Amino acid sequence: MKDQVIEILQNLTGSDEVGKDLDVNLFESGLLDSMGTVQLLLELQSQCGIDVPVSEFERSEWDTPNKIIAKVENMQ
Amino acid sequence: MPNIQPYQNPTYFLILGVALLPIMIGMLFGKKLHWYQTLISFAFLVLTFGGVKWEQGIALIGYIVFEVCLIGLYHLYRKKKNATWVFCSAVILAIIPLVIVKVTPAFENGRASLIGFLGISYLTFKVVQMIMEIRDGIIKEFRPWLILQFLLFFPTISSGPIDRYRRFTKDYNTTITRDKYLNMLDKGVWYIFLGFLYKFILAYFFGSRLEPMVEQLALSHGGMSWWVVAYMYVYSMDLFFDFAGYSLFAVGISYFMGIETPMNFNRPFKAHNIKDFWNRWHMTLSFWFRDYIYMRLVFFIMKNKLIKSRITIANLGYLTLFLIMGFWHGLTWYYIVYGIFHACAIILCDAWLRFKKKHQAHIPSNKFTEGLAIFITFNTVCFSFLIFSGFLNVLFFHGALN
Repeated sequence: MKDQVIEILQNLTGSDEVGKDLDVNLFESGLLDSMGTVQLLLELQSQCGIDVPVSEFERSEWDTPNKIIAKVENMQ
Repeated sequence: MPNIQPYQNPTYFLILGVALLPIMIGMLFGKKLHWYQTLISFAFLVLTFGGVKWEQGIALIGYIVFEVCLIGLYHLYRKKKNATWVFCSAVILAIIPLVIVKVTPAFENGRASLIGFLGISYLTFKVVQMIMEIRDGIIKEFRPWLILQFLLFFPTISSGPIDRYRRFTKDYNTTITRDKYLNMLDKGVWYIFLGFLYKFILAYFFGSRLEPMVEQLALSHGGMSWWVVAYMYVYSMDLFFDFAGYSLFAVGISYFMGIETPMNFNRPFKAHNIKDFWNRWHMTLSFWFRDYIYMRLVFFIMKNKLIKSRITIANLGYLTLFLIMGFWHGLTWYYIVYGIFHACAIILCDAWLRFKKKHQAHIPSNKFTEGLAIFITFNTVCFSFLIFSGFLNVLFFHGALN
């Protein structure tokens, strides 16, 4: 699951950095924006089968690869 | 009956300070005096919407009854079914009062609508947000009393910041430790005094002293002149210090009451680009537009694969967002042009960021380019405020009248 999320993030950001530093702040570093976020939610839905409504997405809870992995593992 | 507008003069702060004392003492002993808070909230609403403004008071009551019933009915429906058309109808019904208030002046020669009142926009943002979260199944219960507390929270009722229902109710229902509360008091006092500096000194200096002078000079000169440029900067400073000062009061007073209302400004003139600017300027509004319009629209388009190109989707999202923001400010050409201007600016900004990412190795990045970026962003923003101010409207079309 962890690898899957990292792969999604790498594809979305077009950068290997997310795989190297799992605590990088995706929004502050400019790796992810609102558009990328929506893509992330859609990828999680189609690849991992988890449904995250846009309302559930609170930026501060999803801003690093590690936090996203934890969220996904929690929701499965 | 007296009428006092929020945060306008020392009397208001004095009454507020006295009225908040029991709440503060209660908080220091780990107790939330909800009944007392309701009582003084009511008193302050009467001060703001009573007396000479009684018509607004009636409008507010009518509005609240309508919107709370709407939320209740939609919640009742959503427990059983989830049709898109019902959701859309609920959102449309929720914004109809605001639309009427915004459209009326354009058709009635500037006369304000009877159903309008101070802060109707901000209440509408809160209601629409709730309907959307009820649809998403995030707000599960219909609790009219809490909804009233959220909608009518008096420190932020007139001009925000726009809080979120789940965030607000969490704060409202949690008791906080003395240490945490002392920390909040500390911040609250700091915000309020910073607000005094912003609103009563800086905004007064720019808005009430400089602005009329520069305005006269620009008008008597006529057409485009350096005085228009001066007006642009003076107006921008006034706009920022006035609104940021007001927001600091609202946040500071919220902190006194144990509610961590989100901040509205984060050094906006230090922004490196327009995107960065909107993450720092009137943040609760721009985040509202981001979360409830932009992201949902993009989500809808991508999920249904209506448009292939991600760039086109993003640009369409920006245009929609800023056009709605323009119309929300009011039905005048300059508010709408202001919206379109910002949409274009952010679309350009995105294109530049993509270009920069591609050619990272060849584009210098140092203190000078950073300063240049801030300078360009600042001037772009100030120019947009010149459009927003409506001064060009006076200058171009009504100059002779003055």
